[in-house]
Amino acid sequence: MFVINCPYCGEREQSEFKAGGEAHIVRPKQPTELSDDQWAEYLFMRKNIKGVQFERWVHTHGCRKWFNVVRDTSNDLIKAVYKMGEKPPTK
Amino acid sequence: MTKNLRVKTSKFIDETYKISFKFNGTTYYGYKGDTLASALLASGLHLVGRSFKYHRPRGIMTAGSEEPNAIVQLHKNTSRTEPNVRATEIEIYEGLEASSQNCWPSVNFDIGGINNFLSPILPAGFYYKTFMWPASFWEKYEYFIRKSAGLGKSPTEPDPDIYEHKYIHCDVLIIGAGISGIIAAKTAAKNGYKTLLVDEKPYLGGSTIYQNSDHFKINNQISSSWLEKEINEIKKIENLKIKTRTSVAAYHGYNFLLARENLTDHLPLGQRKDKTRQRLLKIRAKKVISATGSLERPLIFNNNDRPGILLSSAVEKYANFYGVACGEKNVLFTNNDSAYETAISLYQKGINIEAVIDNREEIDSKLIKEIEKNNIKVYKGYTVVDTSGYKRINKISIMQLSKDGQKVTGSKISINCDCLGISGGWTPAVHLFTQSGGKLKFRDEDQVFIPNIYPSDQISIGSCNGDFTLNEILSNVPKNLKEFLNIKKTDYENLEVNSSFNKSKRNIWLLPSDKIIGKTKPFVDYQNDATAKDIKLALREGFRSIEHVKRYTTTGMGTDQGKLGNMHALGIISETAGSKMGELGTTTFRPPYTPLTFGTIVGRNVGEYFDIFRKTPIHECHLKNKAEFENVGQWKRAWYYPQNGESMHDAVQRESKAARDSAGILDASTLGKIDIQGTDASEFLNRVYTNAWSKLAIGKCRYGLMLNEDGMVYDDGVTTRLGENHYIMTTTTGGAATVLGKLEDYLQTEWPELDVYLTSVTDHYATVSVCGPNSKKIVSQVIPDLDFSDENFPHMSFKNTKIGKIKCRVMRISFTGEHSYEINVQANYGKSLWEKCMEAGKQFNITPYGTETMHLLRAEKGFIIVGQDTDATMTPIDLQMDWIVSKKKYDFIGKRSLYRSDTIREDRKQLVGLLTENPDEVLEEGAQIVADMNKLPIEMLGHVTSSYYSPNLKKSIALGVVRGGKNMMGQKLIIPMEDKQINVTVADPVFLDKENKRLNA
Ligand SMILES: [Zn+2]
Repeated sequence: MFVINCPYCGEREQSEFKAGGEAHIVRPKQPTELSDDQWAEYLFMRKNIKGVQFERWVHTHGCRKWFNVVRDTSNDLIKAVYKMGEKPPTK
Repeated sequence: MTKNLRVKTSKFIDETYKISFKFNGTTYYGYKGDTLASALLASGLHLVGRSFKYHRPRGIMTAGSEEPNAIVQLHKNTSRTEPNVRATEIEIYEGLEASSQNCWPSVNFDIGGINNFLSPILPAGFYYKTFMWPASFWEKYEYFIRKSAGLGKSPTEPDPDIYEHKYIHCDVLIIGAGISGIIAAKTAAKNGYKTLLVDEKPYLGGSTIYQNSDHFKINNQISSSWLEKEINEIKKIENLKIKTRTSVAAYHGYNFLLARENLTDHLPLGQRKDKTRQRLLKIRAKKVISATGSLERPLIFNNNDRPGILLSSAVEKYANFYGVACGEKNVLFTNNDSAYETAISLYQKGINIEAVIDNREEIDSKLIKEIEKNNIKVYKGYTVVDTSGYKRINKISIMQLSKDGQKVTGSKISINCDCLGISGGWTPAVHLFTQSGGKLKFRDEDQVFIPNIYPSDQISIGSCNGDFTLNEILSNVPKNLKEFLNIKKTDYENLEVNSSFNKSKRNIWLLPSDKIIGKTKPFVDYQNDATAKDIKLALREGFRSIEHVKRYTTTGMGTDQGKLGNMHALGIISETAGSKMGELGTTTFRPPYTPLTFGTIVGRNVGEYFDIFRKTPIHECHLKNKAEFENVGQWKRAWYYPQNGESMHDAVQRESKAARDSAGILDASTLGKIDIQGTDASEFLNRVYTNAWSKLAIGKCRYGLMLNEDGMVYDDGVTTRLGENHYIMTTTTGGAATVLGKLEDYLQTEWPELDVYLTSVTDHYATVSVCGPNSKKIVSQVIPDLDFSDENFPHMSFKNTKIGKIKCRVMRISFTGEHSYEINVQANYGKSLWEKCMEAGKQFNITPYGTETMHLLRAEKGFIIVGQDTDATMTPIDLQMDWIVSKKKYDFIGKRSLYRSDTIREDRKQLVGLLTENPDEVLEEGAQIVADMNKLPIEMLGHVTSSYYSPNLKKSIALGVVRGGKNMMGQKLIIPMEDKQINVTVADPVFLDKENKRLNA
């Protein structure tokens, strides 16, 4: 069980949060203009990296805010957290 | 005829406090401070159990939690009986009753002992190879294996004891209160860190505290006296908490650790009442210092498992700490200096030592000299090649080791003994470190794995870090602490340390015998009866990975996780396979370090607290009405209200009929309620529901269907427009939390530009639904100020009103197809609202109905229940609800998916009604639906999702999903059951009142 530094509340136990899958997948603005394949790419295709991954998390039992987490899935070490809409850290 | 093997008094044992206890039915005595093991040894008893596979007699081997053999069953009482308790850990108390675990019918006569003679045909993997075939025989084998293996008995009644969980946050956690842990605790606490020190034992000071030899001195004091003063000092430090009898079970990432604190297991039974027995500590530490010490290694030689063979360090502890001699004719067998510490302790206490056998040939240290000075024979360069004695060792044979240590030479010498203390050097206890994700490195010089890469803010110090000698500990530990705690100075600079310990060691993983290995029994894992022979066999059969060898031979798979023998297993594998130890890796140590009771894991979450549940504000009324409840999510919902011993069926039939004939009343408080406000609220609803919302007038209600982005139905419910920018949304009972979560997700991540605020108000309102032809008359009495005429208050509309001074929201909406009202009041008025409705409805036989009747009534109308008639593969089109999907809206969640090539397939499963040929035959929910029974394999077209006997239609009705069902109206299908086939006809899912006349009746 790890500790997540919520950008709004600070450090809290993992049990207060829920993971929401890969980050930075933007819902298409005009879904009706997409082909089945293009829509399927948005809908189904997700990376599952062993290593540094950009993820969405929500502080369910806290401020209920969504935010992004950079986590190394091989050892659960969190490299960075940042708010929705902010640019991901580059290094 | 028990002996007394107590020697000189020990200050750790209170001889004025005598305790009687029973072991295998016989009464024994011990003193306060004794463990079960030390008290039994004091009575001369070594044989305490049988081994798992061969049922060989086994004795107490250690003096700690690493014990593989002395595993006992505690208590006879069926509710408190506990298996897998280590006799070396349990402190005796008045009334203790324990029995051997691994024996049947008794420890002295053991039927499974026959396996010992059969052992040539019981090699590694025997169980895999033999009992797996033929599969049908397994049941027969299992009976005997289980019975004779004696894995311990579980209690047959609920545990009466109290357990609890506790969270602890600290700056520094120190695991282990040996000399290193004590130094760390004092250093951390004195430098302002909020510190917690835990140790599994009942006392502090580890093995140093009973070390009484002049050969080990700190600042000219015997090490134990020096340490005692340190301990007395740390007990006074304010920001240091000390917990003994507390064993760390698991070390997870981010310095999250679980520990079990034992509070009452050592108390006399009479003093335990109403006290918490064990506590699970959930510790989050900023920094962790592991000072877990090290475990002495056994030596692997032929017949190294007889009762009377103990670790040398255990023999020392029994003598020094408990004042118990493990034997009257003691021999020590070693490959390093540790056994001489034991020898000196025994000698000081006047305990007889026959000889010391040392693998090393050319050795010289002060410790050895002292032993030889006292005329104790030391055989240098020798090894034990065999032992004898069935229930207790009585003789050993020794021979000289060849130069390379692979063979024995010369003639055999026999030595009589009743106790053999063995020492193969020390293994750092790195179990918790590796659990935390730490990586080890192999140190060739003394063949040990030590911590290398730390995954979190932690450090290992002392002998668990490979610093075994007093000199190393006192020079390295303070250095390590300064760096780790970021401090300049400790109290432990410039200590004068005298230690006579010589570090030389002759490491031979498998000691040779004069017999060929096939004729020997060198045990590596005592608990699981795995021998060096088995490991070699596994390698011959092609196993290479240490994890595979472990599973095949079961080495290290007992409750002790092979704490003693794992290193030898690795060593033998590496020697046999010709690979390097460091490259082989180790097996994975998994939590818990020592077994935990279920009670500790569960804590207070038992009985009604096992899973928390929610009650509506009207719950008491349902209890009074003798409702049966069903669990819906976390809610307890009234299921049906049986009267005068009615069956569930009869109750539901009565309730259903009453609701349609006159009036029914339902507690609908559990439905999810989300308050939606903001200038973009309408636009928001347009995007999350399939239908259009912009034109919904204030004061009107609308049913909405919510999809996932994949086009599948996710939730449904009625949403009411309370004001220009204000809606109240209802969700299904089970979906309330996830719907809110999903809406928040879209608002925060996809549409942050929308001005919308969501608030869950599910718990804030109580909701009473009154339905049936007389519902209007009833609610008019309850709310006399409101005009209930159809003109003022038509179906699908809403009124803000008051009952006296109580504000309420009334919706005229219906899930039953009847004329129906839902009244919402502030939650704490729920009960009185219910009572008022019941009072007003008396003359109309108002009938409370539960969820089962609600389901039946809606099924008569063909209304779906999300999660019952849908299963995350159903689109609104599949549900034949095309009418609710807006064609005009540009976008909403899931829209694009509704015309993916897969979702437009004609042969998808679609929701249909089903009528049985025999109107009295009620289908089983979940039953398969087929068309052709003759073509094999039979094609499964779908299944029944809802099925009831309708008292209002006087026939059986059902809903189901059928492949291509939309175009099968009137077609005959078959429901194949175990003993019959039921013929059904596909029908319109709306069975009752297709014209919706009853809504305005
Ligand atoms: Zn937060």
